[in-house]
Parts: sequence; structure tokens; C-alpha cells
Amino acid sequence: MLLAALVLVPFLGSLLAAVMPADARNRESWLAIAVAAGGLLMAGSLYPDVAAGQVLREELAWLPAQGLYFVLRVDGLAWVFTMLVLAIGLLVVVYARYYMSPADPVPRFFAFLLAFMGSMLGVVLSGNLVQLVVFWELTSLTSFLLIGYWHHRADARRGARMAFTVTATGGLCLLAGVLVLGNIVGSYDLDVVLAAGERVRADELYLPALVLIALGALTKSAQFPFHFWLPHAMAAPTPVSSYLHSATMVKAGVFLLVRLWPALAGTPEWTWIIGGAGVCTLMIGAFIAIFQHDLKGLLAYSTISHLGLITTLIGIGTPLAIVAAIFHILNHATFKASLFMAAGIIDHETGTRDMRVLGGLRHALPVTATLAIVASAAMAGVPLLNGFLSKEMFFAETLLVGGDTNWWMSYAALAMGVFGVAYSLRFISIFFGAPSEALPRAPHEPPRWMRSPVELLVLTCLVVGVLPGLSIEPILHVAAVATLGPAMPEYDLAVWHGFNIPLLMSTLALAGGVLLYGLLRRYLQLKERDTVPLVHRLNGAQIYENTMLRLTRGAGWLLKHLGTLRLQPQLLLLMLALLGVPLLLAGAPPAWSDSPRQGFDPLFTAIWVIGGGCAIAAAWVAKYHRLAALALVGGTGVVTAATFLWLSAPDLALTQLMVETVTTVLLLLGLRWLPPRIKAGAGQPAPGRLAWLRRSRDLLVATAGGLAMAALTYAVLVHPASDTIADFFLQNALTGGGGSNVVNVLLVDFRSFDTLGEITVLAIVALTVYALLRRFRPAPESVAIPAQQRHDVDPASAQTPAEQAGSGYLLVAGIYLRLLLPFMGVVAVYFFMRGHNLPGGGFVAGLIFSVAILVQYMLAGTVWVESHLQLRPHRWLGFGLVLACATGLGAWLFGHPFLTTHTAHVDWPLVGELHLPSAFVFDLGVFVVVVGTTMLMLVALAHQSLRAHRLPGDEAARAAPPVSGRRTL
Amino acid sequence: MTTTTLLSAAVYFALGCVVLGMVLCALRLAVGPTAQDRVLALDTLWMCTMLLALLLGIAHGSLVYFEAALLIALLGFVSTIALAKFLMRGEVIE
Repeated sequence: MLLAALVLVPFLGSLLAAVMPADARNRESWLAIAVAAGGLLMAGSLYPDVAAGQVLREELAWLPAQGLYFVLRVDGLAWVFTMLVLAIGLLVVVYARYYMSPADPVPRFFAFLLAFMGSMLGVVLSGNLVQLVVFWELTSLTSFLLIGYWHHRADARRGARMAFTVTATGGLCLLAGVLVLGNIVGSYDLDVVLAAGERVRADELYLPALVLIALGALTKSAQFPFHFWLPHAMAAPTPVSSYLHSATMVKAGVFLLVRLWPALAGTPEWTWIIGGAGVCTLMIGAFIAIFQHDLKGLLAYSTISHLGLITTLIGIGTPLAIVAAIFHILNHATFKASLFMAAGIIDHETGTRDMRVLGGLRHALPVTATLAIVASAAMAGVPLLNGFLSKEMFFAETLLVGGDTNWWMSYAALAMGVFGVAYSLRFISIFFGAPSEALPRAPHEPPRWMRSPVELLVLTCLVVGVLPGLSIEPILHVAAVATLGPAMPEYDLAVWHGFNIPLLMSTLALAGGVLLYGLLRRYLQLKERDTVPLVHRLNGAQIYENTMLRLTRGAGWLLKHLGTLRLQPQLLLLMLALLGVPLLLAGAPPAWSDSPRQGFDPLFTAIWVIGGGCAIAAAWVAKYHRLAALALVGGTGVVTAATFLWLSAPDLALTQLMVETVTTVLLLLGLRWLPPRIKAGAGQPAPGRLAWLRRSRDLLVATAGGLAMAALTYAVLVHPASDTIADFFLQNALTGGGGSNVVNVLLVDFRSFDTLGEITVLAIVALTVYALLRRFRPAPESVAIPAQQRHDVDPASAQTPAEQAGSGYLLVAGIYLRLLLPFMGVVAVYFFMRGHNLPGGGFVAGLIFSVAILVQYMLAGTVWVESHLQLRPHRWLGFGLVLACATGLGAWLFGHPFLTTHTAHVDWPLVGELHLPSAFVFDLGVFVVVVGTTMLMLVALAHQSLRAHRLPGDEAARAAPPVSGRRTL
Repeated sequence: MTTTTLLSAAVYFALGCVVLGMVLCALRLAVGPTAQDRVLALDTLWMCTMLLALLLGIAHGSLVYFEAALLIALLGFVSTIALAKFLMRGEVIE
């Protein structure tokens, strides 16, 4: 469980960090330090096993049916990266404690940072490719959140969006690539994939897989042409830049390439795609870095260039190049993280990062200056520092790859070295010269613990640089052996290899860099230039913005031409699709066959004629006589209930009855706010031919739709009943579910998971309706009080609406229904209690209860009911869902699967033996949710009427003049 | 003629009467002419359904139907009240 804990603990820490108070800077830091240090200890304890060449695995079933397992595995490479992530993470959280201002909401910062740590460890330790992609996307997400941490700043929001769009798109490509790769190999397990290198490279799908995976890795590691997001990500707080955007997250891309090296590398395609991108990146990044004025901008482009160097090494793909790549990943992480932290200290102390302003800082910040100078020397590749070693290995590799004739890669490498020295000089130039007068703040040395992470990292640079064999060699060996296996080359990490061409290249780069920097300062006004010479047109960010703009415009165009906001065309299309699509999808219709017919019953037919007649009449009058249509629809509902009764389904009839009632009330509530019919005046022309055509078309479609439904029903009815699952439920309801009402047992026991989903949907719908109604503003013509309340025959029309509502219309019905409320409650309880065995259950009982409350609303008015009864339907919703879920979870306590029912038999005094299935509690949850849903929606609609109460009497009267005469409906 | 056949014949006759009542209600519901007529027709339609439930209960010899009848009797008029309130006040819940 050690590996699982390693990944899980940062996420738990993230949760814990998120709930701490906003000013708990110290507690947050201690928590993060504890998580990182604990992780380091755990991972460190694995060293003996890993050094012995073992691969440790932990497996959890994820989707075993699909052959997916949640696999965590650690070998040498994963172990080294784990240590890197945790060690830099530890230093960064110490640093962040002092960097973050007390005004920043730190819980969010540390929560995101720890979540990132967990995701990154997940990427590194994943033993399953699909799982790796999931964690990969999580790192993109946390990076997005961290870049946008100061979300009040426009550049932070823009940078976050850009970084996320690029890396997440890459992540999608990676997912596709991984799926192709898994398809080739037949497994997503990393060990299996790594062992199948020969088969992968020979497969015809190798190239698509390689391209897709490379897209994922190159976007993540900010490689050309996707490098532009990284400089914009510098809007993040500096600890984030130091951690995510130099030391770890951007290394995920190169990590993945190294990880998959045994499976994918060794082909010309690999070298051209990976190596090509790397060479372009290292040149462009290093060149642009020289011309930056922002400290972090310079470091960002330098990071891009160093990542390009690593990518080039991986692209070269020889075992020795891979060793050099891993070595440079580690070296770069140490010196670049320390440089970012130093830049953060300078920003923190002086208030600016602009190199045109900064100068002479060695006087005010002597220690920081020394540290930064040593780290930039390592970045430039000065001997006796770690950067020198890996860069020299890089030079040696570029020499080898071209052989004796092809030197272009060596030239590129040399140019990159020269540029690297130049921008390193540019960086350290801020420490020399006369102290700047224009600084926003007078700088002082930072607090001791803010500087100590930098000190430690710079010390590492020195130790590795001077004594590579004693310090880094064993660790590098572990990582390289795990990647290369039998192909492990002989190599020597010495500082001095004698006079050879790589040393000459290093010397040339150093001398050339100094010379270039001097020339640029002298002749190109390096400090004043605003544009990068030669490549300033190559602006990836601009291309990205243009593309996004075009996409947005294109989407708008498509929406305008293919979509519509009008309901009529949507309905028409829906109906046509309903008519057409099944015909296309279904094959030949099943053979008609006779099933035994029921005898013809004139009475039943008469009832159906009533129902059908009501439905047709409702459709006929629906357009202009809404109330009449509603009454007619009510007639159809009655007939449906009567049909259920006739066909011996009283429980369905009960439900139908209640649904019918609630629907009528709901529609009437809505009817109040529909605009009135526009009277056809003399000025309006008669409907033209076009309207006539349109109406004929609609009639045709509607008739066809109705006939199709009828035909479908008829087909189902005459089709002989085959063995259905109904038989299973009929046989097992009592024995398996402990109830003789099959429908209820089906709902709350056999298919209770479906029911849980349904009541969740119900709750979501209710909340959505509630949210929509909160923003509801009626049409101007229906704002006024209804005509009935302004009728001058009625003396009450002189009262305000609130007074009218309180003074008792329908007085007789109001009084006896108030008295009937308890009886309705009893009936609801009765139907609920016996639901498991006889018709009834939580759903019907919930509806009965809601109707009982609704009646009170109708007769006594909202104000009266709510002053006597605090309902709070939201809480009903929440409580009901919790109850249903808790019942399901309760089964886990006894070691059964989710939602297993248990029936308890209780001896109740006076009542006798009572069996109490746990489904009963589940049903109670359904009941509560149904009550909450119905009440929430209807009451929200009813509350709209209260707006009339808020209008003062005069104003309400002015809003609508009094009416006289008989009103026709 | 035994009691059983007599009972079933009586029940069938009663069903016929109730259905006839329903047909007449439906006619009133469709014809109107005023909204009040329609509301009354709908209310009577519910009443007929309640009677239908009772008769079917006798016919099938099942008690469950009587509960359905009880529920209709207790709550069947709620839509009538809602419609009446709407006609009288212009809104259902004030």
C-alpha cells in the first residue's frame, strides 16, 4: 500500500488544506511540508529495492471486465522522478510560505499545489497507460488553476487559459495515441507495452501512435511549435513557476518520451519528429531568451531551450543520449528551480522583475546575488557545475549522430550554447553596475528560510558539478538501467575527459557567448529593444489567439446557420427525426402475428371514445382557449385512470390520479403568466398562403407522428408476449425482495439503483426549475393583476392584492379542506406504509402529501400557509437523497454490495410481528424527495404571484385599469 | 337465475349507466359553452370514475378498488378547486 499512499496522501493533504481558514499561512505550510517530507521518507525507503533493479507493483481492480487495472509501479526511472517531485516540492512549499503575501488566500494555493503534487506522482508512478493519461490531465488542470491563482489579473486568466488549451489538447492526443498503442500491444499495462517494442515498431499503426503520443509530450514540455504557452504561464506565483513550469510538470513530456523509449524509439520517424522539434526549440528558445526584459520571461524561454535540449537527446535516441537526457533533466531541475526562486526573491524585495530597471543588486542582496550567479553559471555550462557535465554529454552526442560528414546538429548545439551563455550573462547583469535608483522598493536580504531552498539547490549544483561520481552517479545509474535495461552503455561522469571536441565546443560556447553579449549590448541596444530580431514575426501566442478567435467565429457562424432558438422549428425537426430515424435504423418490421384478442366490450370502448374525443378536442382548441384545452386534457387523464382501473391495475390508477392533479395545478400556475391572446383587429391582414401552407405541413407532421405512435403501440400489442423479465420479478418479489407488491419491490429493491438515479435527476430538475424561476420576469402584458381581481362589481377590488388574498375567497371549501388536511396526511402515511405489499409506496404517498399541502396553498394563500408551516423544500430534497444513499451505503457496513436489502422482523407491541425491510427506509427517501421536488417547483411558481403584493395598491391599479362587464373565457 | 349472475348483471347495468354519464360529461366538457360548464363536467367525470372504481371492485371482488375510490373521493376535486380558483381570481395560488 506504500505506493498508493504516496499518491493518495498529497490529495488528502489538498482536501485538508482547502478547508483551513484563509489566514492560516503557517498551518498550511506545515501541512504541505509534512506531506512532502513524509512522501520523501516513504519514497526513500524504497531505494534498496529499486537499486537492486526490482520493479515494485501494486494493483487494484478498476474495470476488470475491460482488462483495466489501477496499477502503480515504481522502477528506477519512476523512483528518481518521484524523489525529484517530492524534493523540489518540499523546497518550494518552504519558499512559498515566505513568498505568498498575507493578503493572498493561501488555502487555495496550497490545496492546488498539493493536488498537483499528487497528480504528478500519479503520472510518474502509473503502471497503466490510460491511468497515466488521467493523471496527466489532472496535472494540466492543476496547472491551469495555479496559473490563474491571481484570477483578478487579466494576464493570469489569459495565460491559464492558453496553457490549459494547449496542454489539454495535447492530453487528448495522448489519450488517442495511448489507445492506439494499447490496441497494437493488446494491453495497456506499461510492463507489457515496454516489452513489446519490436512488435510496436513493426506495426502499421506505429506512425499514428507515435505522432499522437509525441503531440501530447511536446505540448506538455512546451516544444516548438507549442512553446508559446510557457512564457504566458509565468503570470503564476513564482513558486508555481519554479515547481511546475521549470522543475516538474514541463518535464512530464520528456519523462513520457523516456518512459516509452523502449517501445517507440529507434526508428527514423522517432528521430525526425522528436529530434526535429527539439532542435528547433533549443535554438528558438535560447535566442528569444536573450531579448527578454522580464526576469521570469528570460527564465521561461531558457527553460524552453533546455527542454529542447533534452528532447533532442531523446530524439537522438542512443542509450548514451538517454542517459544524458535523464542527467540533464535532473540538473536543469536543480539550477532552474533555484533561479526561479532567486527571481522571485528579487521581485519580492525590489517590487519589479524588469531587467531594464534592475541593476547593482549585489550591494543590497549579496548572498542572493552569489547564489543566482552560481546557478546561472550552471545554466550557461561553466565547468565545475552540474550544467557543464550534461551539456558536454549533449555536445558529444550531437557529434556522434552526424558522423564525420553531417555537422548541422553540432552547429545547432554550439549556437544554443553560445546563446545560453549570452542570456545567462544578461541575467546576472542585474547584479552588477551602479545600484538602480528607480526601484519601487529598497531591497534587503530575504528571510533566512526563504533563501535556504535556493542555497540547498545551488549547493547541489556545485556538489554534482565537482564530484559527480560520488553524488549523482548511483541515482542516475538506477534511472538509466530501468529505462535501457540490457542496452545500458558504459559512461564516465568525470569532470575532466582530456582535450577533446566537446570540451572545445564548451570553450567556444563560453567565449562566443561573452562576445555575443558584448556585441549585442554595444550595437543592438539590448536593453532598449522591444522586439526580438529575426524571429519576432514568429509569434505563437498570436497564432493561438487568432485560431481561437476564428474557432469562436466559426462556431458562431455554424450556430447561426444550423441552429435556432425558436421552439417551433426545433419541435418540427424532432418530430421528423422521430418519424425518420427509427425507419432507417430498424430493419424489416417484425412479422405480424395474432395473439389472443380480448373480447369486444362496448362499455370500455365508450370510455376510450371519451378519452380520444377529449384529446382531439383539446388539440383543436389549444391555440386560443387554453383553459378549455386544460379541462379537456383533464378529461383524457380521467379516462386513463379509469382504464387502469378497468384493466385491474389500481396502483397505476392511483399514481395517474395524483399526477393528473399535480399537473393541472402546475399548468394553471403557468397559465397565469402566459401573455393574453392578441385580438385580431381590423388592421391585421388575413393569414396568407404561406401561413396556410405552414399550417398544413404542421398538421401533416403531427398526424403522421400520432399515427406512427399508434402503429408502434399496435405492433407491440399484437406481438406475442415472449419470455420477459417480468416473470422473473413476479416469481422473486416475495422471496427475494420480501414484498408482494411487485412494482414497489422492483422500484426499491431489485432496481433500486435506477430509482436512486431517477430521484437524483428529479432533485436536479427541481433545483434547476427553482433557479430559473428566481430569474423569471413576466412579460409586460401579464405583470398586471388578473382582470378578476380588478372587477368593479366586486367590492374587494378596492383592497390591495395582499388584503384580498387574506380575506377568504372560497370560504366553505377553505374551512373543510383545512380540517381534511390531517386525514390526507393519514392517507399518505397509510399508502406509504403498506406500499411494499399492496398498491402504494413512496412515490404515490409523496404525491398525496404534496397535493394535501398544495390545497392549503390554493385556499389560504402563500402568506398564510408559510406563516403557519415552515416547509423548506430544499432541505427535503437533500434529506431524502441522503436517506436513500445512506440506506444503500449501510449495506457496506455488513459487507454486502451497495443497496443490498435486508429485512428485519420486529415484534411490535400491540401490532404484532412487523417486517421492516431496509428498502422501507429507501422508500422513505423516495417519498421525501418526491415531496421536496413537487413543493419546490410549485411553490416557486406560486411565489411569482407575490409580486402583485409588493406593488402598492395605487400603483397596481394604475398598472392595469379596472375592467367592467362580463369577461368571457 | 342465481345470485352471482344477478349480481354481475346488475353490476354490468350499473357500469353501463356510469359510462353513459361519462359520455354526457364528456359532451358537456367539449361543448361548453362557458368555462364553468367545463369545470363542472370535469368534476362530474371524476365522480363517475370513483363510481366506476367501486363497481369494478364489486365485480372483481377486490378491496384495493375501494381504496382507489377513497383516494378519488378525497383528492379528485383538487383540480376542480384549482380551476374554480383560477376562474374566480385569475391565479391559483395567491
